[in-house]
Amino acid sequence: MWNTIVNSTPEIFWAGIKFTIPLTLISFAIGFVIAVVTALVRISHPKGNPIFAGLWELLKLFLSFYVWLFRSTPLLVQLFIVFFGLPNIGIQFDAFTAGIITFSLNTGAYCSETVRGAISSIPDSQWEAAYSIGMTYRQVLFRIVFPQALRVALPPLSNSFIGLVKDTSLASSITILEMFMVSQQIAAKNYEPLLMYSIVAIVYAVFCTVLSIAQYYLEKYMSRYVQVTGE
Amino acid sequence: MIRLEHVDKQYADHHALNDINVEFPEHETTVILGPSGAGKSTLLRSLNLLERPQSGAYQINDETVDFSKELPTSQILRVRRKTGMVFQSWNLFPHLTILQNITEGPIHVLKQPKAQAEQVATELLKQVGLDGTQHRYPSQLSGGQQQRISICRALAMNPEYILFDEPTSALDPELEAQVLHVLLNLAQSKQSMVVVTHNMEFARRVATKIVFVEDGKIEFDGTPAEFFDHPTERIHDFLNGMQF
Ligand SMILES: Nc1ncnc2c1ncn2[C@@H]1O[C@H](COP(=O)(O)OP(=O)(O)O)[C@@H](O)[C@H]1O
Ligand SMILES: [Mg+2]
Repeated sequence: MWNTIVNSTPEIFWAGIKFTIPLTLISFAIGFVIAVVTALVRISHPKGNPIFAGLWELLKLFLSFYVWLFRSTPLLVQLFIVFFGLPNIGIQFDAFTAGIITFSLNTGAYCSETVRGAISSIPDSQWEAAYSIGMTYRQVLFRIVFPQALRVALPPLSNSFIGLVKDTSLASSITILEMFMVSQQIAAKNYEPLLMYSIVAIVYAVFCTVLSIAQYYLEKYMSRYVQVTGE
Repeated sequence: MIRLEHVDKQYADHHALNDINVEFPEHETTVILGPSGAGKSTLLRSLNLLERPQSGAYQINDETVDFSKELPTSQILRVRRKTGMVFQSWNLFPHLTILQNITEGPIHVLKQPKAQAEQVATELLKQVGLDGTQHRYPSQLSGGQQQRISICRALAMNPEYILFDEPTSALDPELEAQVLHVLLNLAQSKQSMVVVTHNMEFARRVATKIVFVEDGKIEFDGTPAEFFDHPTERIHDFLNGMQF
């Protein structure tokens, strides 16, 4: 048994380095950008030119639809539609790209709600104080509100991030050779499913633990201004 | 000079400002008094364009705002730079240090060089007795200190007027005195100010002009001497109500 562990663990780990981690990092980075853009558009109130305002409302409607769609359907089904379904209408991706697209859109939908909530949690008085010194909407948003909102959003965003690490195991179903897929293949050969799936579970746990530790330090840094030492 | 003519602000179910006509002279301290809910904050916040009355004219020095029209963003920003605002609950930016709170506007709105903005900020901190707090965060200071910082934040923009909305209402008497002391110094240096307050002693000693507001209307507009020494019946009741 010891031999099996020593032989297969590096192989599983390597699949993690090659697929699980890139899938997670790239998808989360893209998903975060989607989330922020979606949240900012959805909280905005366009004024002025009525045609522009009308188009903007349409965009907001479309983004609400997007968030609803990806939050109300299973991730596995989304993966299947993008990888196996879309080729039927002539849209074809390789498995890795299909994975990135689906995971990004999925995590973007969830995180946009997190970011939107965090921005709304910053009191109006912060907007007013910033406006009162003559800042523009954009300056208030990016210099005053967003940095504070990010602190609020960090724990739920970390949840989504850690969730994504584990969700990438679903990529095995669209032929991506990530960790879970590799452990399945090894188990099929050595008839040690309990051992193989335990190993892969532990490797996932290791990745997630590293992330949780990073989250702890990031949270501490982002909360540097809230600790009250009093006077 | 600030001059308001026929200014009207209507909320769905409340007439908050009802045909306001008033002037706030330059280099003087106008104190706005009145019962709670009278429209004092609405009036003050209209000067900084945080509230938008539906009609009337607002003139601040060489700038005229027509409330009945949609205001161009450039004008809104210009008027806000002319009018510093100090809030009842100070509203400092919690994620920025004291120095950054004060220099945020000068650097990013007025585009001053950082070194210059920081030098001015340090000078202002000295004036309010808080030199040395530059690198701390607002949450590490007391309410009275935070309010003095927020006065520095407004002053750093070098505004033509500073508007105070009950700047000491959330403070203990001892901390209140420190803040009022700063206001007194500003008044003596001929800073143009409009102050909403419930502190009658401040109104009597520092104001050059008193405006009494009730139910969205201006019920008195005159000198502190007239206001306190020859009050109308209504003002008499109001002043009595302030005592126990
Ligand atoms: N956003 C709002 N919507 C509806 N009514 C409001 C709003 N803001 C203020 N009011 C009403 O307008 C009146 C004046 O308010 P305010 O200017 O804050 O009074 P003051 O500062 O003198 O206590 C109050 O009766 C208040 O309830
Ligand atoms: Mg008020």
